[in-house]
Amino acid sequence: MRPGVQARAINLELTMTESKITLAQIKSESRKFVGFVISEMKPKGKLLTPFNVISIPIILLAVVLLFIRFTQGLGSITNLSQDYPWGLWIGFDVITGVAFAGGAYVITFLVYILKMEKYHSIVRVTVLNGLLAYVFYAGALLLDLGRPWNVINPVIGNSFGVSSVLFLVAWHFMLYMIAEFLEFSPAIAEWLGWRKVRKWLTRLTIGAVIFGITLSMLHQSGLGALYMMAKGKIHPLWYSEFIPILFFVSSIFAGLSMVIFEGSISHKVFHHRLSAEHRYSHNDIVLGLARICAGAMFVYLFLKILVFVHGGHLSHLSGPMGLWYLVEVIGFVLVPCILFTQAVRQQSVALVKTAAIMTLVGIIMNRLNISVIAFKWDAAVRYIPTWMEIEVTMAVIVSEIWVFRWIVNRMPVLSSPPSWAKDESAQELDGQVEAALYNQHPVVKES
Amino acid sequence: MISDGSQNSDDCREITEIHDNEQSSGMKRRSFLKIVGATGAATLPAGQIFAQEEGSEHDPVGVLIDTTRCMGCRTCELTCAESHGFPEPDMDFSVFEEERTTSETQWVVVNEYKTDVGEVYVKKQCMHCVQPACASACLTRAMYKTEEGPVVWRSRKCMGCRFCMVSCPFDVPKFEYHSANPKIQKCNLCWDRQQEGQIPACVENCPGEALMFGRRSELIEEGNSRIYQNPGNYYKQIYGEHAAGGTSVLYLSAVPFDQIGFRKDVGTTPFPEYSKGFLYSVPIILTLVPPFLLAMNNAARRSSESDQPGADND
Repeated sequence: MRPGVQARAINLELTMTESKITLAQIKSESRKFVGFVISEMKPKGKLLTPFNVISIPIILLAVVLLFIRFTQGLGSITNLSQDYPWGLWIGFDVITGVAFAGGAYVITFLVYILKMEKYHSIVRVTVLNGLLAYVFYAGALLLDLGRPWNVINPVIGNSFGVSSVLFLVAWHFMLYMIAEFLEFSPAIAEWLGWRKVRKWLTRLTIGAVIFGITLSMLHQSGLGALYMMAKGKIHPLWYSEFIPILFFVSSIFAGLSMVIFEGSISHKVFHHRLSAEHRYSHNDIVLGLARICAGAMFVYLFLKILVFVHGGHLSHLSGPMGLWYLVEVIGFVLVPCILFTQAVRQQSVALVKTAAIMTLVGIIMNRLNISVIAFKWDAAVRYIPTWMEIEVTMAVIVSEIWVFRWIVNRMPVLSSPPSWAKDESAQELDGQVEAALYNQHPVVKES
Repeated sequence: MISDGSQNSDDCREITEIHDNEQSSGMKRRSFLKIVGATGAATLPAGQIFAQEEGSEHDPVGVLIDTTRCMGCRTCELTCAESHGFPEPDMDFSVFEEERTTSETQWVVVNEYKTDVGEVYVKKQCMHCVQPACASACLTRAMYKTEEGPVVWRSRKCMGCRFCMVSCPFDVPKFEYHSANPKIQKCNLCWDRQQEGQIPACVENCPGEALMFGRRSELIEEGNSRIYQNPGNYYKQIYGEHAAGGTSVLYLSAVPFDQIGFRKDVGTTPFPEYSKGFLYSVPIILTLVPPFLLAMNNAARRSSESDQPGADND
């Protein structure tokens, strides 16, 4: 970034040219900026909400538990063992959490690549959710690392294990977080009133989106590819060379179901922040997403059947693991797939929500099956997470919700962007088409 | 040194391949090149994967374990603990009552198996695979296959992710779950002793000559000649010659290997092969998907442009 641009960034009044900025002005502007940020740090609204009353003790307890974990080793609060090196923190926090964050790349694909303006109003909240999910759930990986002080090694330190799938996943997590941050950054610029910076950041969006979708394809499937070398350790009903592709396809409907589920909650909780456009289009959006979910799940089921038949797995269906497999695939993929289809046909938003919740449960089952339940399914001593592992996982989730709430209550995520930003996007976004699309709404309303 | 040369040439080949891809995809827009430039760094992996295959061509050192000669005295366990500073193992013979695995304080264990030919004692430790799953799984190259063959763990690189444990087909690496500064523990074929010109402690101290140290190809020759000379004494297979793509620790036995605690489903494919398909697809996706998305974006823009009059008519 050139120093000129930086100075412009600080400039809140947005009137002066580069050459006229004096030191005193920079000082006063930066003081204003710091004051603004500090005032925004303060909580808005009541402190004693039911959510706060539940979440604060959870977070405090987790801090204590993590202190024990970092001073006495992973074994002090987890049930991880030599047979089960990866437990709930990887299987749920990271592998399931990242699948749930898949909504961001699907929605950005629909809006920025396919130009489906219908979904424009949910782009920001979805990208924010994706970004926070990566920061917190991929960040939970740090809690699980035995030697976290070496976490920088695959990035700097000339220790590039380039033949490792995990190396790829780690880099992609990092790059994708940057891409998602860039996609979300115009909202931050609008919050701070940085007009020029916003203009500059908006130009990066399409690049960040293309890069982000590519990275997502690779690391969503990469999380599945982590288990390729665990051949023989994962029950044959779940292990196949298609795990990466299955992970990728399922991340589409996992992410979208999360968008539907999360959207229906935010609509109640953040009702006061919702823009009119947001409220108006919500049902239409939900039904559109349901249709995509149904399609992706159909493809997924088809692949599942292909893998099942190709692998000759019929004999494995007898016994408890076979039954469990059927519960997952029929009960929590096929059934919600049908429900989504029915919901679209009947235009029933309530049915979409039911299907979305079932899909999410199915994804949790699938990811935990591969990482924990069907992993060494025949071991003498099975891994069952301790209450402390579950507690820390809950703390990760509620901390994410805290940050999400903080941002949504301050930045234009669910609410409309400030009027200057709207005008600007109309005038200056990539070409006149974009402008025409933005102006389209008022035109339609007037006529 | 030979392998170094080949690694470089492989890198070059890979770079030219990627270059070709860029040109053949035909999109010459600046934004496309920008994206490729950004993704370029992430296409690095494949060049090194080729290189790892080459590494397997020279002859690693290893150990031939003749279970027909092992008496179950467990001297190897004792000397291993001594030379690596672990607590002395429980030397009582009651330990044979159950099948043990190596642990974070025991790099080697001997198990007793009741078989058709009576009790058989089997020493267990890291197999030092020719193409180790753990080393290819390691994202910091902490788990590392040395030029000479032993697979060693380097504390300064390891971040404790335990992916090596997930990947190892023999479940060898062990993690110190009750330490704030945990290490991965596994046999390193006495790499430190080898560098001083000595042979592994267990081999040196084995009283029954059940263990033999040498180059892998020589050990296979020796194993085969023992089988041919005493066909009645041996099951006609050297375990490790092909298992998991070949290991540097090799076993001879009087009975089929599944009777003495060896997994039957390991197969003969080197374990890094299982994730290779995915890793090879990475540079392809990284170079082909962005231009494809850009093209879709362009097409969508054009179609929404042509929709425009229609929208106005509404």
